[in-house]
Amino acid sequence: MNSLPVLVGKAVRVASRLRGGGSAFPGLVVERLDPGFMGRALSTLPRGVVVVSGTNGKTTTTKMVVELLEGQGLTVFTNRTGSNFTRGVAAALLGEVDWRGRLEADVAVLELDEAHAVHFVKLVPPRYSLLLNVLRDQLDRFGEIDATTRLLERIALATTGTVVLNREDPRVAGLAASITTADVVYFGLDASLRSTFPNDDELRGAEGIAPASALPADVVLRSVDGNAASFAADGTTTHTELRLRGVYNIFNAAAALAAARAVLGGTADDARLFSSLAAVEPAFGRGESLVVDGQALELVLVKNPSGFRLGLKSFDPAGCATMIAINDNYADGRDMSWLWDVDFDSLGLGGVEMVSGVRAYDMALRLKYDDVRVGAVDPDITEALKQFVRGSEGRPKRIFCTYTAMLAVRRELSKITKVEVVS
Amino acid sequence: MSDAPSASALTEAPADPSKGSLRILQLYPREMNIYGDYGNVLVLKQRLAWRGYGAEILEHNAGDAFPDDVDIIIGGGGQDSGQVVIQDDLQAIAPTLRALAEDGTPMLLICGLYQLFGKVFRTHDGTVIPGIGVLDLETRGGTERLIGNVVATSEEFGEIHGYENHSGQTFLGAGLKPLATVVKGAGNNAEDKHEGARYRNIVASYLHGSLLPKNPAIADFLLRTAAERKFGAFDDGGVDDSLADLARQHAGARPR
Repeated sequence: MNSLPVLVGKAVRVASRLRGGGSAFPGLVVERLDPGFMGRALSTLPRGVVVVSGTNGKTTTTKMVVELLEGQGLTVFTNRTGSNFTRGVAAALLGEVDWRGRLEADVAVLELDEAHAVHFVKLVPPRYSLLLNVLRDQLDRFGEIDATTRLLERIALATTGTVVLNREDPRVAGLAASITTADVVYFGLDASLRSTFPNDDELRGAEGIAPASALPADVVLRSVDGNAASFAADGTTTHTELRLRGVYNIFNAAAALAAARAVLGGTADDARLFSSLAAVEPAFGRGESLVVDGQALELVLVKNPSGFRLGLKSFDPAGCATMIAINDNYADGRDMSWLWDVDFDSLGLGGVEMVSGVRAYDMALRLKYDDVRVGAVDPDITEALKQFVRGSEGRPKRIFCTYTAMLAVRRELSKITKVEVVS
Repeated sequence: MSDAPSASALTEAPADPSKGSLRILQLYPREMNIYGDYGNVLVLKQRLAWRGYGAEILEHNAGDAFPDDVDIIIGGGGQDSGQVVIQDDLQAIAPTLRALAEDGTPMLLICGLYQLFGKVFRTHDGTVIPGIGVLDLETRGGTERLIGNVVATSEEFGEIHGYENHSGQTFLGAGLKPLATVVKGAGNNAEDKHEGARYRNIVASYLHGSLLPKNPAIADFLLRTAAERKFGAFDDGGVDDSLADLARQHAGARPR
């Protein structure tokens, strides 16, 4: 085996970190020098590769699966940097492999963007895949939701062991029909919770929510009460407190439990799985809580209608100062239509103190049509944030922001409070 | 219960008892709603409410009986699979829609239903999907998707701002006028700089964003036409469009 490309890649990685550069560039270098690098490094793992994909919740769910498996004593490789495409995985690998390109881990758990996952599974067929949901998002990139479903299908078909599916999302559950070689297990919701998570066909239209699925689920989210939840698995219901915020994260905890149980086979220590789950902290920007002037400031990433709806539903606006920052860069989605598929009535009582971002006026216009009071509009995030923090002294704060707006908000916040740096 | 507002939640009695209510019909809101089409309905409802008028929001889904006394019809965009679901029902109600169109009922048709109100859609693989022929136009499936911000100009409505995302390319018959001429983006197709179509009281367009929030002139055209047909007059005062103006300015400055 030629170890030169690995050494070059590692050197580039060190150099680009010193320069403060992007996290994926070293991955590009090693891909060019040694196209087989990633497949070789990952194919030797004793418990194989887990791919996590879907529209919403990939980052937090991946983090949960990793911590659940680590809690069972496994050494887990993951792409923590948020580079959820093949090159990002290669770059993350370079940091972990030895000079021969060997990875010391039991299993890899990788978050992959739907389109890049299709490319990845051709190089590295996963033993497990966890497919969360298909929701309208980035239609400017994928064209149609049904096209996104076909991307997930290719991940499912490439999976050699077990595919874990959301039985409540008809597009995801429907993939089971075409899976012939891998096993299929489901995670799901109690019937009483179905209306909290409308699937994409239920966003509009008067027919309402379909009844809960009758498919058998390995893990079911039974109830949610603030930051506590109960899950049913193997006929036992377990109640646990969680550090994660947001009902969407709590549903994805059922997904993570089902995936971890699939990886562990019969060897899972369920009590320990739940204690690991209780300790999982929110991922970067996903309901993350910071402290500004002695008051909590929460960042809630919003990037599509269902995510924004669930974000609004998960966080009680009472007593809280609210800011919304909407950008329209490629990573945010360039089309503003999605804002019109979100109901903002819940913000009507307290209003929104500040609206910012490149598309601040689109957002302010949206709020006007829901009769929500807007305190001020300033597209400049630096200025808007200053004014928002000054104007809401003594109150907890919450900022709903699209991806690149969140990066800008965090950058500004790092000047006045402690913000974890994620490279 | 879902979060989606039910039809009754969207029905509002006139705040000013001397003013009436308009009946607004959404065509196939379950299948044809992909790009924030609900925003167009909300804008009509709120601009009526702010002026003291009432609004009754109706839905027509596949298999429903077509309602009477409709004042405005709104149709949105869907996925290819959604267009298949509605196909038979649309053909069944086509005579009614044609009669309403010829009679001057104001209609807003976006993307998918814009295409299906034309004569025919020839898909990329050669399938011929019949339209309902209200508009003299035809659409050809393309290999390239036309995606991005659009600015177009119209004598009637001024600058029009929106976002397009379609693979079908639409060509207007000789007698049919476009809604606008494209300044930035593609519009109906990659060739003739036409965007949308304008026929009797129909406004048809590829643009969402949603279309009406940032283009209040089109919203008020639909409302004025419907109100004048029903009540003989329209009181169009009392709406502050300064946020829409700013949103238009910022949208216009964005890259394609």
